[in-house]
Amino acid sequence: MPRETKHYRNVNENPCNMCMPMGGILPFKGIEDAMVIIHGSQGCSTYMRRHIAEHYNEPIDVGSSSLNEKGTIYGGSQNLFQALDNIRKVYKPRLIGILTSCLAETIGEDVEGIARDYLKQRGLDDFPLVAVSTPGYGGTHSEGYWLAVKKTVVALARPTEKHDGINVIVPNLSPADIREIKRILELMDIKYTLLPDISETLDRPIARPYTKIPPGGTKVEAIRRMPGAAATIQFGITVEENVSPGRYLQSQFGVPLYNLPVPMGVEATDMFVGLLAGLAGGSVPKTLELERGRLLDCMVDSHKYNAQGRGAVFGDPELVYAVVRTCAENGLYPAVVATGSGNTGLEDLLEPVLADCPGEVRFHNETDFAQIRTTCRETGVNIAIGHSDGKYLTEKEGIPLARMGFPIHDRVGGQRLLSVGYTGTTMFLDRITNTLLEYKHKNYRAAMYRKFYRNTGIEERGHTSLMGQAFGSEECPQLIPVLRGELR
Amino acid sequence: MINVSTAVPNDNLIVERQSSILVKGRQRKNQLKCDAESIAGCVSQRACVYCGARVVLNPVTDAIHLVHGPIGCASYTWDIRGSLSSGSELYRNSFSTDLKENDVIFGGEKKLARAIDELVEKYKAELVFVYSTCVVGVIGDDLEAVCKAAAQKHGIQVIPVQSSGFIGNKSAGYRAACDALLRLIEPPGGPRPLNNGRLVKSVNYLGDFNLAGEAWIIKDYLKRIGVEVNVVFTGDSNYRDLKKAPEASLNIMQCAGSMAYLARRMEVLYGIPSMRISFLGLEDTAASLRRIAAFFDDPEMMRRAEELIEQETAAVRPEIERYREKLSGKKAAIYVGGGFKAISLIKQFREIGIDVVMVGTQTGREEEYQTLHDISDDGTVILDDANPSELERFMIEQGAHLLVGGVKERPLAYKLGVAFIDHNHDRKHPLSGYVGAVNFAREVYSTVCSPVWKYARDVGGGLYAAGNKALPER
Ligand code: SF4
Ligand code: SF4
Repeated sequence: MPRETKHYRNVNENPCNMCMPMGGILPFKGIEDAMVIIHGSQGCSTYMRRHIAEHYNEPIDVGSSSLNEKGTIYGGSQNLFQALDNIRKVYKPRLIGILTSCLAETIGEDVEGIARDYLKQRGLDDFPLVAVSTPGYGGTHSEGYWLAVKKTVVALARPTEKHDGINVIVPNLSPADIREIKRILELMDIKYTLLPDISETLDRPIARPYTKIPPGGTKVEAIRRMPGAAATIQFGITVEENVSPGRYLQSQFGVPLYNLPVPMGVEATDMFVGLLAGLAGGSVPKTLELERGRLLDCMVDSHKYNAQGRGAVFGDPELVYAVVRTCAENGLYPAVVATGSGNTGLEDLLEPVLADCPGEVRFHNETDFAQIRTTCRETGVNIAIGHSDGKYLTEKEGIPLARMGFPIHDRVGGQRLLSVGYTGTTMFLDRITNTLLEYKHKNYRAAMYRKFYRNTGIEERGHTSLMGQAFGSEECPQLIPVLRGELR
Repeated sequence: MINVSTAVPNDNLIVERQSSILVKGRQRKNQLKCDAESIAGCVSQRACVYCGARVVLNPVTDAIHLVHGPIGCASYTWDIRGSLSSGSELYRNSFSTDLKENDVIFGGEKKLARAIDELVEKYKAELVFVYSTCVVGVIGDDLEAVCKAAAQKHGIQVIPVQSSGFIGNKSAGYRAACDALLRLIEPPGGPRPLNNGRLVKSVNYLGDFNLAGEAWIIKDYLKRIGVEVNVVFTGDSNYRDLKKAPEASLNIMQCAGSMAYLARRMEVLYGIPSMRISFLGLEDTAASLRRIAAFFDDPEMMRRAEELIEQETAAVRPEIERYREKLSGKKAAIYVGGGFKAISLIKQFREIGIDVVMVGTQTGREEEYQTLHDISDDGTVILDDANPSELERFMIEQGAHLLVGGVKERPLAYKLGVAFIDHNHDRKHPLSGYVGAVNFAREVYSTVCSPVWKYARDVGGGLYAAGNKALPER
């Protein structure tokens, strides 16, 4: 696998990532009866709410300390106090997360200190207030997500009696994925605490009565007991040590950590299921075996179609790793592997996975879509896999996009996309293969015509204009890769 | 003052919010607190100064829109608006200086200067807008100086937009954008009334962002009655056209919330009078066309306007009537960005037989709230800078069948079993003019009368089974 890496530059053209506090909001939406406040200016939290709401199509309530000019000059603790009072009054949460925005960090706010003062002044010693310093300029939403999970564990975890449950710590997956992971755990009869659990809260059934905080989420009590667990399984092999919640539980409380890739694809799901079987001392249930067999059947059925894909995979590092690995298992080798995050471990982690990849693979960290676009063009990518901002690649380069991850803004159902476990992988693969097939069927007549008929010289008789009518003009984005001769 | 909490008690209401909510006819005062800062922890639906500035300037198609700040502010605003272009697509990119920790500590001026260089080189634009964000406001980068130097270096216009998020709300952003536009249109040698060079029957059209081609629809109407649109502020506008703005003989202004200041300044600086118009709904569209024709005092134009009104109305009336029959008696709640939109929506709802029972805005101005109060029915809840919990409460108490709002409000309405209309800048169908009036009625019909409610309102019993009369009936 020849590889090439690039970082750089003064200007970001069409971002591939979001900011740290936005990522920090998500885990708090997966804790039971929790609310979250952004300490900073009003605008940031409104933008983030909009961004999240549009993906999940769920109400996303996030408080803001609405820092104004005065707060900026004299410090914002008054604003944050007021925000906490009001949020407690209206939402009656049992836990509040506090995240900071760039503004609060720039003026040097000490949120942890303010949070402590607040609890003391209000006489709320036991109330869980989880303050997380998440300057937007300090990292991407991926880092914000992990840091918020870790800080929650740090704030709540207490030495407890040993118990036979296991901790399952998950990255930003879809609610459908979380439900699938829970189903597998339940099939294998495992007692577990899954954190954060957005499976119900961010994919909420219509039900009465409506409550301001959606039902579901990891119980605070369960998080407190995580240190007593028999093991931690963390789907976070790209997670850096300093923000790894599983690592914290291991070093502070001696809970053995199994840091696994997201269970997507045969190998990674086998690892997960195998580990569970080992931990529970049981065997793999028949249902899962059948699902595995069906996945293999799907892989065989589709392998020749998948072999025609040249992929660009982008998004959160953890998901990028899982997708690349799954694609590679199926002979769909990526040409571009990109993340907006500064996380540089991806390349090394993927080295063994891509050992058999015949073509060149280009890695981009801290990247943007202008750069991804250029590389896609240079390497002849014919399928993009990632969040919906990749629609830019479709519009500009005619590359079809298989949507996956966060955010998905231009299609419905991002929260219901299932991609993990044997069954989820099967569904994911079908989406990918069908994207390739649709693209092929749309283009192959024109492609063959251009490639072979033209060379016969007969086109002088006016077939060019016919082509234009039948298949769109030269500028038609769908035809651009065809014209570049990249379609087989 | 009798406030809402005594009129309708509720222990969830935040005390400081009381003066921003009133029920028409149930209070002595008709004054509402508005244009004030959001209260911490109220989960305001408002956006920031930068957002307001970006809304107004973004449709300038051939400009480089560069956000000077950390990445988030640019991520959340990448190509999220439905403004269409007949030319350049440059405005649909999101450019950011992507400030990192070090830039915040040591200042971002150099990075900004290099970013401008890089972009101008690559895209050969004649115009750059540089938006300031909160962090930039605090670290004190001298935007003016950097922009000035860059303008000289490249021989183009580089205009700073003072849109630091914490110095106010969205309306402060409108003003920052208008200031940027005034700088852009200023002719060499300073502004002056251009009485001689004035184009006789030409107008500037202010406050239409060409969402789903709305400005094109109106341009066509005006052309048909004999009025040329000189330039639209700012839908499908570009550097060259905006430069010609001082030559028009009239400014017609639709969205006053964002444009009133610009119109006022253009009257002072260039002697261009302005007129408020609205092309939302049949009634307003007809009235606006008549007023424009009356302004030019041209009998032929008036005749053509009448002809257009008659033709277009006849073409859409039957369809709208059909929807009206199905919809009459239903109740709507409105929560939108500005006062202008709220006022036109009340009128549009009346045209299809719907009563408005709750109306609020993020950034309405005092005189707009006065108008809202005047045209509302007794018992209507009027509120400024509402939050989800208030929206939930008043939609239910007032028995709304339908909410008009933006992306953040939609899921709340749906979860409550309330129909929903997107009245947002990302919409993909026009709501202006005659075609817009039909689209609007059709959208209202398709959501209010959808069969899904037959199933989705019954589930779980709870609220709905409790026989709460205030709840939307099916
Ligand atoms: S990058 Fe910083 S300033 Fe921008 S939205 Fe994120 S937190 Fe707010
Ligand atoms: S940092 Fe300021 S300008 Fe940027 S989104 Fe937040 S409030 Fe708006």
